Amino acid sequence: MTIDASTIDTFARKEIEHPDTVANHAFGFWLYLMTDLVLFAAIFAAFAVLSHNYAGGPTGKELFDLPYTFGETMFLLFSSAAYGLAVLAMYKGKKNSVLTWLGVTFLLGLGFISMEVNEFYHMILSGNGPQRSGFLSAFFTLVGTHGAHVTFGLIWMVTMMGQVVIKGLTVPVQSRLMRLSMFWHFLDIVWIGVFTIVYLMGST
Amino acid sequence: MNQAHIDTTGASRGSFKSYATGFILSIILTVIPFALVMSGTLSEAAVLCGIFAAAIVQILVHLHYFLHLDTSSAMRWNVLAVLLTLLIMTLFVWGTLWIMGHLNYRLM
Amino acid sequence: MFGKLSFAAIPFENPIIMGAVGGSILLAVVILSLITYYRKWTTLWKEWLTSLDHKRIGIMYIILAMVMLLRGFSDAILMRSQQALAAGMAHGYLPPGHFDQIFSAHGTIMIVFMAMPFLVGLMNIVVPQQIGARDVAFPFLNSVSLWLTAAGALLVMISLGVGEFSRAGWSGYAPLVERQYSPGTGVDYWIWAFQIAGAGSLITGINFLVTILRMRAPGMTLMRMPLFSWTTLFTNVLMIFAFPVLTVALTLLTLDRYLGMHFFTNALGGNIMMYVNLFWIWGHPEVYIVILPAFGVFSEVVATFSGKRLFGYRSLVYATAAIMVLSFSVWVHHFFTMGAGPDVNIFFSITTMLIAIPTGVKIFNWLFTMYRGRIRFATPMYWTLGFLFTFTVGGMAGVLLSVPPADYVLHNSLFLVAHFHTMLIPGSLFGFFAGYYYWFPKAFGFPLNEKWGKGAFWCWMIGFYLAFAPLYVLGFMGMPRRMEHYANPAWQPYLVIAAVGTAVILIGIIFQMIQLAVSIKHRHAVRDLTGDPWDGRTLEWATSSPPAVYNFAKTPVVHDIDAFADMKEKGIAYSPPDQYHDIHMPKNTATGLIIGAMAAVFGFAMVWYIWWLAILGAFILLLTVIARASDDGTDYIVPAAEIERIEKRRYRQLTAAAANRPADGPAMRQSLAEM
Repeated sequence: MTIDASTIDTFARKEIEHPDTVANHAFGFWLYLMTDLVLFAAIFAAFAVLSHNYAGGPTGKELFDLPYTFGETMFLLFSSAAYGLAVLAMYKGKKNSVLTWLGVTFLLGLGFISMEVNEFYHMILSGNGPQRSGFLSAFFTLVGTHGAHVTFGLIWMVTMMGQVVIKGLTVPVQSRLMRLSMFWHFLDIVWIGVFTIVYLMGST
Repeated sequence: MNQAHIDTTGASRGSFKSYATGFILSIILTVIPFALVMSGTLSEAAVLCGIFAAAIVQILVHLHYFLHLDTSSAMRWNVLAVLLTLLIMTLFVWGTLWIMGHLNYRLM
Repeated sequence: MFGKLSFAAIPFENPIIMGAVGGSILLAVVILSLITYYRKWTTLWKEWLTSLDHKRIGIMYIILAMVMLLRGFSDAILMRSQQALAAGMAHGYLPPGHFDQIFSAHGTIMIVFMAMPFLVGLMNIVVPQQIGARDVAFPFLNSVSLWLTAAGALLVMISLGVGEFSRAGWSGYAPLVERQYSPGTGVDYWIWAFQIAGAGSLITGINFLVTILRMRAPGMTLMRMPLFSWTTLFTNVLMIFAFPVLTVALTLLTLDRYLGMHFFTNALGGNIMMYVNLFWIWGHPEVYIVILPAFGVFSEVVATFSGKRLFGYRSLVYATAAIMVLSFSVWVHHFFTMGAGPDVNIFFSITTMLIAIPTGVKIFNWLFTMYRGRIRFATPMYWTLGFLFTFTVGGMAGVLLSVPPADYVLHNSLFLVAHFHTMLIPGSLFGFFAGYYYWFPKAFGFPLNEKWGKGAFWCWMIGFYLAFAPLYVLGFMGMPRRMEHYANPAWQPYLVIAAVGTAVILIGIIFQMIQLAVSIKHRHAVRDLTGDPWDGRTLEWATSSPPAVYNFAKTPVVHDIDAFADMKEKGIAYSPPDQYHDIHMPKNTATGLIIGAMAAVFGFAMVWYIWWLAILGAFILLLTVIARASDDGTDYIVPAAEIERIEKRRYRQLTAAAANRPADGPAMRQSLAEM
């Protein structure tokens, strides 16, 4: 941001003595999300390279259950929408509404994770765990990394619900809720990549 | 109780309408690719194009309606960051596929 | 209970290692005793270990870097002496397994635990001051980065006495690093040290990007920013884009080793070559991360000590931007010989050659800055001049290597080793040393002794040529790298010369240690009262030496490039504000230190398969993070009255200094007279 010398006196005095920590935190978090994008890109690249290394084991087509994946996707998408409603409630200062919608988001997110854990569990039980082949190592890692991120998001969400209860919708709390919002929507974006490249492509 | 409101300084906030629009569009853009693959009627090439197109559009929908990315000056650095990240990602992923493809062909 | 750990992990039978361990422990005991004797524990805790002050954090980074420089250099002495001896029938004194650990540790330490902390330290001390800010954007995360890096270094140091280090080189190629071929703890130590330090670097990248893009003083547009801040900006862009890929490469390897997956294994669908690809996607930007800050230092030093504005400021910025972008497109030149074929190799060969062009532009800009300048040959300038010539020659060796057919002959020979050391030592390390000498007075309030500094420079310069010129020759003669023993006696004379070079560098390092002791001893006699010992051109010289915790009582307003030189010319460099305001600063906290400690515990536990300890460490780390994230009382206020007191004392010092040095700074006297 450039500041013209002629406007320095009035504008700058407010700006200088109180750096905009909320905006700095938001931008910093955005940059972190960019690094997470690169992280996922690298795992996607590894998946792509190993995507046909079945080592005599099962292919994606044999393993994937597309209606099940669609169900997972809906859980995540609905949870994104629920978080949006939480943010709208936050703008209006409606603390209880925020807590309700955060709770809904959490449950939907938990639903997503449960479905994913269930899928992994059954694959491992039938001998198709990540040790079976390069393809499966990559599958479990890519989908699992996304799932791990969602899990951290859920932990964060519980923490935030606690903060809203105890501190109320203070500026720092709102700032953190906005960052969690960015994280949650970002994870939905990554999931779009996952279901497209892993499940849909793997099933054609 | 401190009910001070967060100042999003110029960055656009969501509204119910924008979230709802994004949500509906996302559902549609999810149903289409799943239907394309599960129906098995079109050729593989057509299906691949379809699912990738749907994915790209849905990602843009998310970026705009949920993450409020637009061309406003408050979002300028965010947009630049995304574009630069996409450039780097493309370079790495495409580069990896190209290199590993060549290596597979010549050495495996 | 203790996983794989037992007393058998300590290599009692190896006298060299036991000597090193004993020496390290003795040194640690001495240092701890001295701290106790001088009753400095409270000071150490309150003023340093729990500090979130970017200047203090920067100094601690550089201390870490210098300690690790000594460790990494010890490895170099061992390697050079071994190779000087082990020709033909002689086998030297280091068995192959030990030698392998030494070259692996040497590379890992020098890149990850010497160069990275050194450059991050310089960035920390200088950049917020250069852009007229009071701190970095995220002071707490700054502390976390420091302690994560230190945790990684601790793991490497522990590996010396407990277990072993990796034998697979600093780059750790698959499948050698897989559990099947490296079943011991060595590769695991390497993985966790690297991974933990990498997380610290990523956080630093985000921190400095937000700082530079959002916290510059009013009037400081990007095109008025000093070059060191520009190179910091570009370096941090490289950091945030490259390090995630390293995280992935190391994580996939970890999954292979710990959970039996098949990313890089021989069997069941692994792809060995993919490791090399992923590693170097990080590895190439990493070497630019390590060189760009040095380029930034040279820009500052050349301008200041030529008494002139930098020649071609815009072209320097664009050239560095070009280097940054191109550095993402050259990584295959690290494995031309892996077999991708001419199409792939030529593409990356061309991009590699292209990247030499903007570097050349920078060299010419520095030379033109010096042309018709009034050059002062202070120690930082010596390092710069040593760099200008030597780096260019080494760079040309790189252009030779960028031709794939030539690389097929020279890959992994000592020619390669000589090339990259020419980039890293006269390039990065000389730059970091120049920055160390240049900004030392700013950080501590007194300069380093010039005589010993110049002596150290000459030892490093001569020592470097003696140590590495023979390696270029040996590369052409066909000697591969990493050889613990060789059959061809024709190589030995060159290796002996190289060992002599290492000894000369050792003298240089000793000179630097003496320099530090002498400078500290005489610090009162040469104290810098002005904050501007070099007649600097950029804003960091406007603060006192050392600066107040808040840097600037009143945020400066910038009107031109070389903001401070501009202010001095206009006579407004030292004008006090009409009014003092309260300033928010971050409180000290031990949280960063705890996070680093838990990371180290986690890493150690993972190495030794002590699962309960790993879970405990990770859990405490998570709780600590949550606790900090719920803490809203992390700032304190420096009251305006306190600031006024500090600043008035500064102005008294300035007046006294101006009186004592009448030939100095007419601008200073003028503005003080106007007070």
